[in-house]
Amino acid sequence: MKNLLLFFLISTLFISSCKKDAPVNLHPTGSVVFKFNNMVGDSALVLNNAKSYVNANNDTFTVQVFKYYISNVKFTKSDGTVFSEKESYHLIDAGDANRTQCTIANVPYGNYTSVSFMIGVDSARNCSGAQTGDLDPALGMFWMWDTGYIFAELVGTSPQDTATGLNHLFTYAIIGFKGQYNAIKSVGLNFFNDTVKVSPTTIPQINLKTDVSEWFKTPVNISIAAVPSTDLPNQTTLNFANNYADMFTIQSIRN
Amino acid sequence: MTIESADENIQLVIPDGWTTPPYNFSTNNLTNAGFILGRKLFYEKKLSADNSIACASCHQQQFAFSNQTHSVSAGVNGILGTRNAPALSNLVWQTNFMWNGGVNHIEVVPLSPITNHFEMNETLSNVINKLQNDLEYPALFEKAFGTTTVTSQLMLKAMAQFTGMLVSSNSKYDLYSRGETTLTESETNGLNLFSQKCSSCHPAPLFTNLEYMNFGLDSIFTDAGRAGITGLAADFGLFKVPSLRNVALSYPYMHDGRFATLVDVLEHYSRGIVHSSTLSSELNSVTPLSHSEKQDIISFLYTLTDNTFITDDRFKNPN
Ligand code: HEC
Ligand code: HEC
Repeated sequence: MKNLLLFFLISTLFISSCKKDAPVNLHPTGSVVFKFNNMVGDSALVLNNAKSYVNANNDTFTVQVFKYYISNVKFTKSDGTVFSEKESYHLIDAGDANRTQCTIANVPYGNYTSVSFMIGVDSARNCSGAQTGDLDPALGMFWMWDTGYIFAELVGTSPQDTATGLNHLFTYAIIGFKGQYNAIKSVGLNFFNDTVKVSPTTIPQINLKTDVSEWFKTPVNISIAAVPSTDLPNQTTLNFANNYADMFTIQSIRN
Repeated sequence: MTIESADENIQLVIPDGWTTPPYNFSTNNLTNAGFILGRKLFYEKKLSADNSIACASCHQQQFAFSNQTHSVSAGVNGILGTRNAPALSNLVWQTNFMWNGGVNHIEVVPLSPITNHFEMNETLSNVINKLQNDLEYPALFEKAFGTTTVTSQLMLKAMAQFTGMLVSSNSKYDLYSRGETTLTESETNGLNLFSQKCSSCHPAPLFTNLEYMNFGLDSIFTDAGRAGITGLAADFGLFKVPSLRNVALSYPYMHDGRFATLVDVLEHYSRGIVHSSTLSSELNSVTPLSHSEKQDIISFLYTLTDNTFITDDRFKNPN
């Protein structure tokens, strides 16, 4: 009797471990890689005073920090089915080679015709307490005295900026997840004649251009002299977010 | 029995008649090991830049987790801040923290003092490194969360297990409201006056309505208060209504610690209200309090002192 029981125990153990090793894959999935090419207009972005640029207002500037959150990534197939990434928060940092691309995993096999995402972090995660991963406050994108995520950050210098003293440092921290100054922006990008093909044999890569110069123009022209810094949810901050909502364009798709 | 030797996990007990708190540990599994870790962190000086200051330096149990030494709090190198350290209790019932309500969740509260130049002046990544390289902490994180890897998330969850458990509900007033004791004549008078004049902003059981009000301290605001967060002109000079639990222990008073005694506070209410465009309308015309009315209100405020809370062994410095 005892032996019989033991046999049953062992066989159930065996069966369950078997299941773990070889899951019945009803919804096979793959990955998609986003590669962000940070640029200013047509020039590649080089950080730390190595290169200077001119914005729409004719201000000369250099860039020291350029970071932003991409969140709530969704891919749509031609038949309208949508895949939404879970725990979809990706911090992109022009100053960190490991953070100029991100991988979206568990995407069901299929052909996708468009992608959408948010620039910033949805309001729920701005008030849900201690987070981890790309939302870890130790990454420096969490505002601690007026708690919430910094959706995007641009820091640099400009001789036109005379308000901040000798270092001419301008700092833009885009925050605000509620009310009239909600600065969360949604981006939708169509692949048009192209498709992103997620399959067992390919990990498609979407090459995106992120254009810093968009921060300063359309719909609102912003002069660095007039706005040397912003770090509160207000109209100035929102103007930047409205401006940069179109900073992403698809350069190419590699399947 | 101490928490260390207890078989059952510590639990948040909601006092009879109180509402369910918005933070109830549903996303932060409350355990003895988590609470013990959180308590150690609360008393940990390594959280500051020069390892000289802990949360408990400014938030001392015998003063209901406030301190009486400084009108505005003193941080590393004795640098003075601009605000008075409030007493801490019943934090799980709050959804916004600090005098201006700038912090929106109990778990992220420690980030502000840790990194504030006037307080602990440290970076979060340094704190994580210090804890990771400490002889004791990795094992304590393992016990609490099953991993020796220290992350800011786990540190903050543990700290919220400690700060969230700081429930004060056994003052003389609480015993009275449960029918377990009676109030003196002066305390009863004080309670009646308090109900008429103070309860709109300081209602039981928390003794705060958790809203922002201009209590008539100034007409020129050196500290914008709530407006520093909302940017709204209507919020200039508004501050979070503080809880009055244990208020007899938590002097000095107000966001900037300007009043040394409760007599000063009542004197202010009685004759010192400063008018401004954002003054709370109910303070527009205040009937001055007589000497005995002030005495009675103060007697009542003393019934909010919770000796069980300030002597609770679970909250004491474990080191
Ligand atoms: C240098 C003194 C100092 C230190 C150290 C300090 N605090 Fe504070 N604490 C304050 C002051 C001052 C305030 C009010 C700040 C404000 O409103 O801007 C405060 C506010 C708070 C509040 C908000 C209470 C409420 O009702 O809104 C909590 C909770 C708190 N501190 C917890 C902590 C924790 C946890 C630590 C350790 C990580 C800590 N404090 C370290 C001085 C300090
Ligand atoms: C209109 C709302 C309102 C009313 C009515 C009111 N208070 Fe307050 N009280 C506040 C606010 C707001 C503060 C904080 C003000 C600040 O620091 O700027 C405060 C602060 C206090 C403090 C200081 C607490 C601390 O820890 O610093 C005490 C004590 C106090 N009130 C007692 C009373 C008493 C007693 C009454 C009735 C006689 C009363 N209050 C009526 C809004 C109110």
